Amino acid sequence: MKQPWPRMSRMALLLVAMWVVLAARAVAADKEPIVLGGVCDRTGPTQLVGVNLCHGVLDYIKLVNKKGGVLGHPIKYVEIEHGYEVPRAVEAYETLKGQGAVAMLDYGTPIVYALTPRHAADQLSGITPGFGRADSSDGKRFPYIFPLAASYWSQGAAALKFILEQWQQTGRQAKDLKLAYVFYDNPAGREPIPTLERLAKLEGFQLRSFAVPPPGLEMSAAALDIARRYRADWVLTHLFGRSPSVSIKELNKVGFPLDKVLGLVWGAAEVDIDAAGWDISQGYLGMQFAGVGQDFPSIQEIIRMYQAEGQALPEALQKVSVYYNRGVFTAALMVEAVRLALEKSGEPVTGPKVKLGFESIKDFTLGGLVPPMAVTEADHEGGGWVRIYQVKGKQWVPVTEWFTGYRDIVWELIKAAAAKGE
Amino acid sequence: MIYRECGVFKTTYAADMALYRMPLAKIAVAAAAILAAVMVPLVSSDHLLSLANMVGIAAVGAIGLNILTGYTGQISIGHGAFMAVGGYTAAILSARYGMPFWVGLIAGGGMAAGVGTFFGIPSLRIKGLYLAIATLAAQFIIEWAINHITWISGGVQSTIYVPKPSLSGFPLNSELKKYYLIFVVAALSYVFAMNLVRSRVGRAFMAIRDRDIAAEIIGVNIFGYKLLAFAISSFYAGVAGALFTYYLEIANYEQFNITVSVQYLAMIIIGGLGSILGSIFGAAFITLLPILLRWAVEGVWGWFAAPTSAMLDVLANLRLIVFGGLVIFFLILEPDGLYRLWGHIKNYFRVWPFAY
Repeated sequence: MKQPWPRMSRMALLLVAMWVVLAARAVAADKEPIVLGGVCDRTGPTQLVGVNLCHGVLDYIKLVNKKGGVLGHPIKYVEIEHGYEVPRAVEAYETLKGQGAVAMLDYGTPIVYALTPRHAADQLSGITPGFGRADSSDGKRFPYIFPLAASYWSQGAAALKFILEQWQQTGRQAKDLKLAYVFYDNPAGREPIPTLERLAKLEGFQLRSFAVPPPGLEMSAAALDIARRYRADWVLTHLFGRSPSVSIKELNKVGFPLDKVLGLVWGAAEVDIDAAGWDISQGYLGMQFAGVGQDFPSIQEIIRMYQAEGQALPEALQKVSVYYNRGVFTAALMVEAVRLALEKSGEPVTGPKVKLGFESIKDFTLGGLVPPMAVTEADHEGGGWVRIYQVKGKQWVPVTEWFTGYRDIVWELIKAAAAKGE
Repeated sequence: MIYRECGVFKTTYAADMALYRMPLAKIAVAAAAILAAVMVPLVSSDHLLSLANMVGIAAVGAIGLNILTGYTGQISIGHGAFMAVGGYTAAILSARYGMPFWVGLIAGGGMAAGVGTFFGIPSLRIKGLYLAIATLAAQFIIEWAINHITWISGGVQSTIYVPKPSLSGFPLNSELKKYYLIFVVAALSYVFAMNLVRSRVGRAFMAIRDRDIAAEIIGVNIFGYKLLAFAISSFYAGVAGALFTYYLEIANYEQFNITVSVQYLAMIIIGGLGSILGSIFGAAFITLLPILLRWAVEGVWGWFAAPTSAMLDVLANLRLIVFGGLVIFFLILEPDGLYRLWGHIKNYFRVWPFAY
């Protein structure tokens, strides 16, 4: 009879230990945790963006929890990696739904497309900053999709507003402007074309498009064409991956002034300039939908959080602040929507309540990291705000305030797309 | 009922040709079908059903590719594109012309069969790696066409939202209802393929695979049968693409890129070239393994620490390494694929408890 006892007591000890661990976890949260989800690409073709952007999301959520959560509720953020593959993203979505997520970040254009019908069916908001179709800004047609960042149509319109202003400041007419649009030849790259063509008709400037076939590493002929034959006054580029750096190098090589080259949001990160070389890229302009750099209160708080823990600052925060800050931007808006949902509709937090929370986001600027957007039931883009930065010395320096361009034209296109209904 | 054979006592051709010769095999197949049709949907969540659905879709495509590559010996790296043809055909018919989903499925398969046959024409002159490159061209040409021909793509975004499939007014709007749709299509594909490969046509395919000159000498029409293999295989791909489109309710060309073509090749190689059941094993393996690995790795890691960004990076890459390692492991363990491995297990138990 002596033999079983030690084994039993060992088992009991183990059970007690497990209970203590679980209880400790339960005590830490005085209120029910709120689950937010996110899918991310850390190994696929866009992993260079993903590892930095998703890092920002995680750090901001950690900061919120350190500061006591949202009105006392801790946030449980679950990230699932999908490697840019649709089936894995569908599985990730179903996992997050099963865990009770009330909103989630959708990362990657094909992933956004594949998940859009599910978001509507399950009344679970998807945040798609910089991904997906431009017409998903239409909250009436896509009630549970929130781009929040400026769409490609808004980016194109804002870019033209900026370029035309710069052009007219030199005392010339809009109709004398020759604009070259250089784009990555895929759906995302072609997406701004309807806006640009519409505006070319409206303002009367000359527009010519130059397609760069994937993977976009060969542009010398196009650059020569732009600078010598077409003799463009301004160049607008919309490129992804390695190709923005190639465009900078090639345009520089043919002597085109880089302060007349504007890259849309996926061609305007530190990594692009690292690849092209900071010395040759001086003057290059880039568009942003979230603030760049560390001079924001929330970024400073994250830095202090790392210092308090005695850990080294992550490379993403220091060196790739464009993407890192976009992660912070996404996380902050999700958390703000949850806060508004709690404030306005009370507990428990559900998908439809968080949707209403998103639709009441207004004047939430996070010290300048987030533009002064106003999300409404109809406008899930929040106004399509952007800011232009320029390469000066060793960093991106802002050259404008937050602004928007040609909203009437953009909405005209969105309405036309809704009427077509595909 | 549970007895095994101890010799060949077939007295009719029909008995010799039977799909399942043993009563046990018949019982097992029937049980599996009932399990899939009744039990699985009852006990599982949306999450598990979504996995089953994606395996089902992949299985249809993999069976098709196996008919072409495993049975007829013609390599295709254009299967992702043939799926895209089926997917976009279904999307255009349903979204623009309001056709029901079953018309889209059949038309998607038919259109893909046509396109696949066209791109199969070079197989009459070239073989092996050269044919692989020719079908790779199909992948690029079809992707380009979908992207640049506005009538197909529906605009610069190249995506078409598809209305929810419905069966005579009964909408298939949940994972469970779509599971039944996919299950029925996958079961039909399986039965048709099993019957195809034991028919005159199937034997002709295998003759071409084993030695095409010999096949021609014994009177197999190589021209006809090679194109027929491309047509049937692309039909399967088109149906799989259309299913995927109805399942996601959207057609987007990035769902069907070159990676998908390579993944389908991996499925049939791991599952077993020249085996219909093996295609299903391979489809399940390639679709589920990354997901199971994530559960395993995150589950183990979750006991030690909450995930930080750095750890998530390590986990994601670790998963790739383990995935690659397992693929190599299974191929070294059994170069003929999971199907042969399954055969070894069956043979072991067939004579159990004896060694021979």
